Amino acid sequence: MNAHSRLKITLLQILVAIGFLLAWHVTTTTALFAEPRKMQFFFSTPIDVIARTWKQLSGGEIWYHLGITLTETVLAFVFGATGGVLCGFVFARKELLAAVFDPYIKAANALPRVVLAPIFALWFGLGIWSKVALGFTLVFFIVFFAVYQGVREVSQTVLANARMLGMSERQLMRHVYWPAAMTWMFSSLHTSVGFALVGAVVGEYLGSAAGLGYKIHEAESVFDVTGVFSGMLILTIFVLILDAIVTMIENRLLVWRPGQASTSANG
Amino acid sequence: MQDAAAVADTRAAASAAIALSGIDITFNLKNGGRYQAVKAISMAVADGEFVAVVGPTGCGKSTLLNAAAGLLQPSAGKVGILGEPLAGINLRAGYLFQLDALMPWKTALQNVAVALEPQGVCAREAEERARDWLARVGLRAFTDRYPHMLSGGQKKRVALAQVLIRNPKILLMDEPFGPLDAQTRQIMGNLLLDLWSKDRKAVMFVTHDLEEAISLSDRVVVMSAGPAATIIGDYRVSLKRPRDIADIRLDRDFHAIHRQIWQTLKVEVQKAYAAGEGREMA
Repeated sequence: MNAHSRLKITLLQILVAIGFLLAWHVTTTTALFAEPRKMQFFFSTPIDVIARTWKQLSGGEIWYHLGITLTETVLAFVFGATGGVLCGFVFARKELLAAVFDPYIKAANALPRVVLAPIFALWFGLGIWSKVALGFTLVFFIVFFAVYQGVREVSQTVLANARMLGMSERQLMRHVYWPAAMTWMFSSLHTSVGFALVGAVVGEYLGSAAGLGYKIHEAESVFDVTGVFSGMLILTIFVLILDAIVTMIENRLLVWRPGQASTSANG
Repeated sequence: MQDAAAVADTRAAASAAIALSGIDITFNLKNGGRYQAVKAISMAVADGEFVAVVGPTGCGKSTLLNAAAGLLQPSAGKVGILGEPLAGINLRAGYLFQLDALMPWKTALQNVAVALEPQGVCAREAEERARDWLARVGLRAFTDRYPHMLSGGQKKRVALAQVLIRNPKILLMDEPFGPLDAQTRQIMGNLLLDLWSKDRKAVMFVTHDLEEAISLSDRVVVMSAGPAATIIGDYRVSLKRPRDIADIRLDRDFHAIHRQIWQTLKVEVQKAYAAGEGREMA
């Protein structure tokens, strides 16, 4: 893609945002479709939402809630990814274990995890741990399947070569299987971080006293549409920042992967 | 084979770097059937000898090489390496694969250095020696590149350094230059001969390219078309060394031996081709 078309695309993207905001503004502040006051009750206005978001971000309270949600997301990710990597690794190396547990893992993965939220609230209380548990069940399976597949599909040539170099089982683990597993873990990083956040927010939404999900739920229960939209906006900004950090980590750790590095391949 | 020859053969096999005797290799197919790849193959590679094994595509020559490498257990027969029966992976040999065998998550330097880890060489010394070997294969400026940043020929150079740094007694090569373009193949062939001439390891070089086989080797062994492929020819190549892969193809003796071997190989290639056609029709 050349610079010209990239600039054009950026401009068009901005235009779409302006168009959307303008349409929203016009429909909620003029009597085009219905009485503005009624429209504002259902849809709020872009200016109100932005003003509220700004007010919240400049105030202290929202940061506390953001902190809670972030903590839950990070914990869910760390536990889920660790569990997923370890189990995926062991299952990929132990054929019998994988064969025996196969139907149970498929069944567990097929279950919509949201239904577990109330049970987790019962088991772990309304604090952060029930949210971490929900996020864990989401992250675990994504990472598990990625690593399981990745380790099983390690290039047979790379493996045979490492064997011919005289590597012991332990050295094979360290130099071949483990890096392969990590690659797959990182390739599922975006999805799994996203799901960790989903677990946290959905958990908060269904029952808690803190966090972004709680804030959105609180605004909803008093029909504060501006508050709901503002909560969603903050959540979106939060996700974008998290995603950017993940991309940065990925680029750092996967420099060896084709298409990841920006350095020229024409040697 | 008659007594005197057989005795001589056994004696040669005992001192050989690689001695294959009566090798059968049969695979169990997914559909329950069995496929015999090679049948009753006996051959030897003497110490310091460069032997090329040629045969039509799918004749089981790579399978035979894998048996010599210990990557594959023959269904019958014996593999002797430097006078000892082979058990498990052949650690006296270095193996150069046809496909990319480098660890993609390691740089060229790390890929070469890691080859010394099983021998217990400390990391710093391994890195130093790896740097030296990369320079020897002409990659001094590419030590920190990852495999995907290297061209096909450069990757082969890294693989060559990775194999040779261990200083194996035997080199096993499975169409190593197959995926490369014609010019790069010649350059790599010359590099290989140059490195080989310094300490003359025993080499078993598998290829389907007869010209490559003749220009590199001391002996060309011809295999028949599969299934149940076996050895149908064994030719000495007495072209003088050092050789230049490109120039030697213009040599009159080269043509003579090429013509001679091709008479045998041609029949097998046509057989393999016909069988392939039949398989596609079915």
